[in-house]
Amino acid sequence: MMKSELIETLAVEQNHLAHKDVELAIRCILEQMSQALASGERIEIRGFGSFSLHYRPPRTGRNPRTGDIVTLAGKYVPHFKPGKELRDRVNRHYATDSELPPSE
Amino acid sequence: MSLTKADMAEHLYAELGLNKREAKDVVEMFFEEIRGALERGEQVKLSGFGNFDLREKKQRPGRNPKTGEEIPISARRVVTFRPGQKLKSRVEAYAGHEQP
Repeated sequence: MMKSELIETLAVEQNHLAHKDVELAIRCILEQMSQALASGERIEIRGFGSFSLHYRPPRTGRNPRTGDIVTLAGKYVPHFKPGKELRDRVNRHYATDSELPPSE
Repeated sequence: MSLTKADMAEHLYAELGLNKREAKDVVEMFFEEIRGALERGEQVKLSGFGNFDLREKKQRPGRNPKTGEEIPISARRVVTFRPGQKLKSRVEAYAGHEQP
């Protein structure tokens, strides 16, 4: 599912907002989330998961073409940890389809 | 201090003028749609932000950390998030404290 399809589905499912407003709202949510992470803030969505930053310490690398040693500064990378509801829902059908005999 | 659904709804109300009910609904539905797609086994791609991918893990041996007893960890499907290039470079520039 792409962003445009997500916008499409939301616009159909709820009946009080214009398509354009749904599109703006989703852009706004994603921008706020990016902005939060870019300023070092965590995001916590109960039942979905949390986003935080993980630190990568400085290291020395090599330019693969010249073989020169380059020092790479420490940096932060975004990290997502799925919440319990998301973990369970994603695994539910998979678990029942792939290994459990019909039991429901 | 962390960003929550309530903050996002408040922001939609302030920025776009949605009423509080609409704002709360849109935020709720946004996350529910993503969960629903992943539950159906569909990858979710949000350009500029990142992709939520699904990975299938084989059964592997595990251990109860408390008792030391060996119990297999069953095969499962898990969600991983791969941040997009744009989000990565915005976050990389964060020069805050050692550990956020």
